[in-house]
Amino acid sequence: MLRIHCPYCQEARSEEEFSYAGEAHIRRPEDPEALSDREWGEYLHFRTNARGPHREMWVHVAGCRRYFNVLRDTVSYEILDVYPIGLPPDDTSGDRP
Amino acid sequence: MERYSLPRLLAHARRHHEDWQRAWRSPTPKDAYDTVIVGGGGHGLATAYYLAKEHGVTDVAVIERGYLGGGNTGRNTTIVRSNYLRDAATRLYDFALDLWRDLSRELNFNVMFSARGVLNLGHTLQDMRDIERRVGANRLNGVDGEVLTTAEVERLVPLMNCSPKARYPVLGASWQPRGGVARHDAVAWGYARAADALGVDLLQQTEVLGMRVDGGAVTGVETSRGFIAARRVACVVAGNSGVLAAMAGLRLPIESRPLQALVSEPLKPCLDPVVMSGAVHCYISQSAKGDLVIGAGTDGYNGYGQRGSFPVLEDAVGAVCELFPAFSRVRMNRHWGGIVDLCPDACPIIGPTPVRGLYFNCGWGTGGFKSTPGSGYVFADTVANERPHPLAAPFGLDRFASGALVDEHGAAAVAH
Repeated sequence: MLRIHCPYCQEARSEEEFSYAGEAHIRRPEDPEALSDREWGEYLHFRTNARGPHREMWVHVAGCRRYFNVLRDTVSYEILDVYPIGLPPDDTSGDRP
Repeated sequence: MERYSLPRLLAHARRHHEDWQRAWRSPTPKDAYDTVIVGGGGHGLATAYYLAKEHGVTDVAVIERGYLGGGNTGRNTTIVRSNYLRDAATRLYDFALDLWRDLSRELNFNVMFSARGVLNLGHTLQDMRDIERRVGANRLNGVDGEVLTTAEVERLVPLMNCSPKARYPVLGASWQPRGGVARHDAVAWGYARAADALGVDLLQQTEVLGMRVDGGAVTGVETSRGFIAARRVACVVAGNSGVLAAMAGLRLPIESRPLQALVSEPLKPCLDPVVMSGAVHCYISQSAKGDLVIGAGTDGYNGYGQRGSFPVLEDAVGAVCELFPAFSRVRMNRHWGGIVDLCPDACPIIGPTPVRGLYFNCGWGTGGFKSTPGSGYVFADTVANERPHPLAAPFGLDRFASGALVDEHGAAAVAH
């Protein structure tokens, strides 16, 4: 069972309060019409599926209902970092617990 | 290979069973093979067996990091059925079901396939409409199926709470009599023994560490026991498919998550058919040994830990206790998780990749065990002839560019 620290509520809560929202930092292409079918398929379906540290989105559905990013190890399940949506993955400044 | 038979059993009994031949060899890896199969689970071993038997390709090695059948093959709930919704998926799973029926004789190894029938329960009007649609689609594809009423379900499973006052009232079910269960370990062992007898090298405790790709074509795999050259590399590694694909510089439309199961202490026979419920998300059967085999859902998030999240387990066990009040006091023996490779359309990926000579058979997600013989057969054919087998053609990697997904979330929603 994960205990996830919500960066907005500033509290660690059980995973049951949260929903997983997939891999983080996947940008919707600026101009979908300009992509080939293969590129669009890759944007829609292809994922890193990392074994180890994985950047992913969660939403605090039973709390503030806001999305945020989590860096979690998918083997040890340790949560390595939690940071608000919008921060680039390598940004270590900002409001982090 | 020494054939297993009653006369052989009697002959060995006279010698106190002390001189049975080993079921397969433990060979030293050669420097090069024609075809290397990565993954010594049921699917990989079946692929090796059919490559050797149907296509005469015997210069084959199966590379396994741990021991044969130690991954999802030994971690599933052993359910076999083919009542899927879409034509392409139904044909593939039903082809596998036909192979199951004669598998023990084919392999000269008792895989204990028991066609005890599979019930998929309906708890709401919408469930029943979906069941009617699916059974109708099955019949059009020549797959056996019936829609049962509550009374008929109660006759098949007297222990189930079919009262209209139940928390999850049973309004009916779909019934596939040809479905059932099999002994999962025996499937891996049977294929391993039969493949070994045809000359396939089974390399256990050999981990693939890297993939060598030269000029867009695969040339072999780096392993913990040195480099092994191969003209063709076929990967059948379920949850670790993404890791292996990354070694060849590829990405796959797959996410890996734990799927949990648990078994109880052995009981006297009390549950004949396999009972599955998509709506309350549990599936349960009684093994030949007498233990109740219960399956839960997949975790809500990616993970490679071979355990699962407790809320998911709690849901499944809660549903079992509601459906079978008598089971609420049964003690559980063991609980585990296997890493399933989930595809966006809940269907497998079988076929070539952008790297020449590299083939993937993955994405079976929660439906891998039931398809073991069929998966091995069509994948062997695909690799041997270097083009997709007709049954596997709709399941190529190219469907994620064309958009021709085979949406089986409905029929695969309860995993197993």
